[in-house]
Amino acid sequence: MATDMSHETIARWQFAITTVYHFLFVPLTIGLSLLVAVMQTVWNRTGNVEWLRLTRFWGKLMLINFAMGIVTGIVQEFQFGMNWSDYSRFVGDVFGAPLAMEALIAFFLESTFLGLWIFGWDRLPRNVHLATIWLASLGTVISAYFILAANSWMQHPVGYRINPDTGHAELTSIWQVLTNPTQLVTFPHVLAASLLTGGAVIVGLSCWHLRRGQQVELHGRAVRLGLVVCAVASVGVMASGHFQGQVMTRQQPMKMASAEALWETERGAGLSLFAYGDVSHGENKIDIKVPRLLSFMATNSFSGTVRGVNDVQAAEAAQYGPGDYTPVMGITFWNFRAMMGLGAVYFGLAMLGLFRMRGGHLPGGRYLLPAFVWASALPYLANTAGWIFTEMGRQPWAVFGLLRTSDAVSPGVSTTAVIATLAGFTVIYGTLAAVALRLFLHHGRHEIPALSPNVTVGGRSQPGGALPSLAY
Amino acid sequence: MLEEFWFVLVAVLWVGFFVLEGFDFGVAALLPVIGGNDETDRRAVLGTIGPVWDANEVWLLTAGGAMFAAFPEWYASLFSGMYLALFLVLFSLIIRGVSLEYRGKASSAAGRAWCDRGIVIGGALPALLFGVAFANMVRGLEMTPEHDVTGGFLALLNPYALLGGVTMLLLCVLHGAVFLTLKTRGAVRSRARNVTRSLAAPTLVAFAAFVVWTVAVRGGIAGAAVGAAALLALGFAVLAWFGERDGLAFAGTAGAMALLVASWFAALYPDVLPARGMPDNSLTINAAASGHYTLTVMTWVAVLFTPVVLGYQAWSYWIFRRRLVGADLADLAGSHETG
Ligand code: HDD
Ligand code: HEM
Ligand code: HEM
Repeated sequence: MATDMSHETIARWQFAITTVYHFLFVPLTIGLSLLVAVMQTVWNRTGNVEWLRLTRFWGKLMLINFAMGIVTGIVQEFQFGMNWSDYSRFVGDVFGAPLAMEALIAFFLESTFLGLWIFGWDRLPRNVHLATIWLASLGTVISAYFILAANSWMQHPVGYRINPDTGHAELTSIWQVLTNPTQLVTFPHVLAASLLTGGAVIVGLSCWHLRRGQQVELHGRAVRLGLVVCAVASVGVMASGHFQGQVMTRQQPMKMASAEALWETERGAGLSLFAYGDVSHGENKIDIKVPRLLSFMATNSFSGTVRGVNDVQAAEAAQYGPGDYTPVMGITFWNFRAMMGLGAVYFGLAMLGLFRMRGGHLPGGRYLLPAFVWASALPYLANTAGWIFTEMGRQPWAVFGLLRTSDAVSPGVSTTAVIATLAGFTVIYGTLAAVALRLFLHHGRHEIPALSPNVTVGGRSQPGGALPSLAY
Repeated sequence: MLEEFWFVLVAVLWVGFFVLEGFDFGVAALLPVIGGNDETDRRAVLGTIGPVWDANEVWLLTAGGAMFAAFPEWYASLFSGMYLALFLVLFSLIIRGVSLEYRGKASSAAGRAWCDRGIVIGGALPALLFGVAFANMVRGLEMTPEHDVTGGFLALLNPYALLGGVTMLLLCVLHGAVFLTLKTRGAVRSRARNVTRSLAAPTLVAFAAFVVWTVAVRGGIAGAAVGAAALLALGFAVLAWFGERDGLAFAGTAGAMALLVASWFAALYPDVLPARGMPDNSLTINAAASGHYTLTVMTWVAVLFTPVVLGYQAWSYWIFRRRLVGADLADLAGSHETG
């Protein structure tokens, strides 16, 4: 059912804003909870209390971020019904299942064990307490799996049929939905991106302290851990991204063509670095390319064929009926470049940092430390660019090939109501961003407190101090 | 058959949500009353729900997710139909979550005071709004044949639904006060007992009126019987309170909450969303349900994972079973200032 344009546009803005906002916190939660678990494990194994201090310092920052992830996630869960009721009706039979599984299997795990971790320092045996942070971290990863499976189904619907009576999609194989080829490349990519985010924040903040000469020994440990993670994760995003590009070329040729501003089908196509063109005439005025690289990325062969926008547009119009099947090219093209470019930049920085760390040195120097501080923003930009590319590149479809975004919005909700809630979310999310950032920086700038004797950790007396600060 | 099973399961998830978050809401709303002006007492109050509130909130997410998976039409019609009310719920839950988590990390007394305000609003407002929303669902909404709700926000503010909201708020506060009586000692506990004393009578009256009105609105033997049982449970809670049997009193308010929510679903059956004035437009269980395959898959998931979840949740309540007093937390508060 077509609704007026403005309603759809505002609903899309609302979804985009709230989801991008949610995903500012998600990757840091996934990355940090894992790294905090690693830190606590090292303390547990070696008994070196420096790692306990780091666990607690980074644990607190992780919790500040986690809280934002939770409260913005609730909005996501209900938004499908509120703003996209026709979408929910159409896909609920398929799409609801992974969402419900996410809540039952992942969110309970995450929240229960996080509560046990925060409040359990003096009540649980040491090993059990360590297990709680690992289980909470596992919960975040499982949650990512299910929600990405749901999203992958929108990119590439599998395991369904259209019920002839209702016209709605109906699940025929949950297995196919959970092992969707799109999902199998997306999940590692997002996981690697999350680790990169967590690692880069650790490196960034620790370098900030190093630069001021504060607690160099302690923060140096964190930098080493973080840099190794960043190096591995940045290779991970590039490798998984490569496979994603291939899957995408097969499944959503239009997305790849528009990501490259490739108007005509080409063999041995080059990867565009910069293009400026005229959309109405379907041609580029300026286009600087690395020869044959696009063909390699998309097909694993330097002479492979990549289909161009004009071709795909004609093919899709023939298949789905007349209409415009080309996404907004400026957005897909530049967001794709931003994501890849930022990933490459961080990869270079991480390599440089590792190089400087040979022989047990710490990264230092006038430029490298501030560079790392600022570079902690890069994964955030790359994450955002990645999602905007993925989701905008799918347009005009909400579910590729099955449901148009214009047929997905809630017919019963007035435009005024959507404007009102959009304004409301903008105000509260803006305020919270300021509060969370201030709190994060306040605690992040603190010296890591020394451990005073006689505080119980893990059920027995341990060197400790300031332990309950994780709780209320 | 499977459709009915999932209707019951969705009801059970909402029951779990209201029983568990009910006391979280109540405790949060009562923070200034029972915590008083003493920082350590306030910490004791919040410490009772600190480790569990987030997991309790997941009952809401699971109930929502289960509705989406098993009854997409219900999820879509209800949530788009109560658009602005749901926005207010989300708004207050956001405020609550952030205030609870950031209170202990705030750097100043002013910051903590803001969080305390957020906690009170985030406890009271959702309780009220959920009461209004569910009462409206039972009463029925104006809908098109496609099940798109027409009435808008103001239509939700009818006297019956407002009574539902007030009843839910009172019940959550009572439930929270009884929970605090059970979970604390000393000054905090005696203040919690005082609150229960003054709230018992108004809650009973509102509760009874609402149960009777529900029968008048929806009729039906099943709903009426469960409603009556809910009233008995509440009476039982009050008696147990007089006998200082904290555990039994809590079982009583939990039972009253569970039965009240169950009575709504009993009254709804066989509809999930009745259309007001035009029964033909009502959304029934069967019309709203997903296909057989989806329901089968989800049944397996529920059968396999629900016991695991209940198991570790119960374990977590066991770990935090100790009663709290403000003084216990005093030294912790001191060391916090340095951390
Ligand atoms: C790749 C990962 C990922 C993605 C794409 C999303 N989320 Fe998320 N979400 C998480 C990963 C995550 C997480 C890591 O599990 C979070 C972040 C912080 C947290 O507490 O859990 C979370 C929290 C979170 C919560 C609160 C859970 C709680 O109370 O413990 C809900 C209800 C959702 N999310 C729902 C959604 C929905 C409906 C999304 C789709 C639009 C979505 N998330 C995108
Ligand atoms: C957290 C990472 C995500 C981000 C940043 C993101 C971003 C976006 C953006 C920018 C849009 C608007 C597209 C447009 O208006 O052109 C959008 C639309 C949408 N996305 Fe995502 N998305 C994310 C994850 C998901 C997931 C996991 C799902 C499903 C489970 C999902 C489902 C949708 C839906 C239903 C729409 C609305 C319909 C549409 O505009 O196509 N998104 N998203
Ligand atoms: C450097 C090489 C990279 C390549 C080749 C690459 C490739 C891709 C591709 C092809 C997609 C779209 C998949 C689709 O729409 O089907 C994508 C999405 C995405 N990318 Fe990247 N990427 C790279 C780096 C990064 C980096 C550094 C980050 C963040 C730290 C990142 C985060 C994301 C996210 C969050 C998405 C959206 C979710 C998804 O569809 O997986 N990527 N990437």
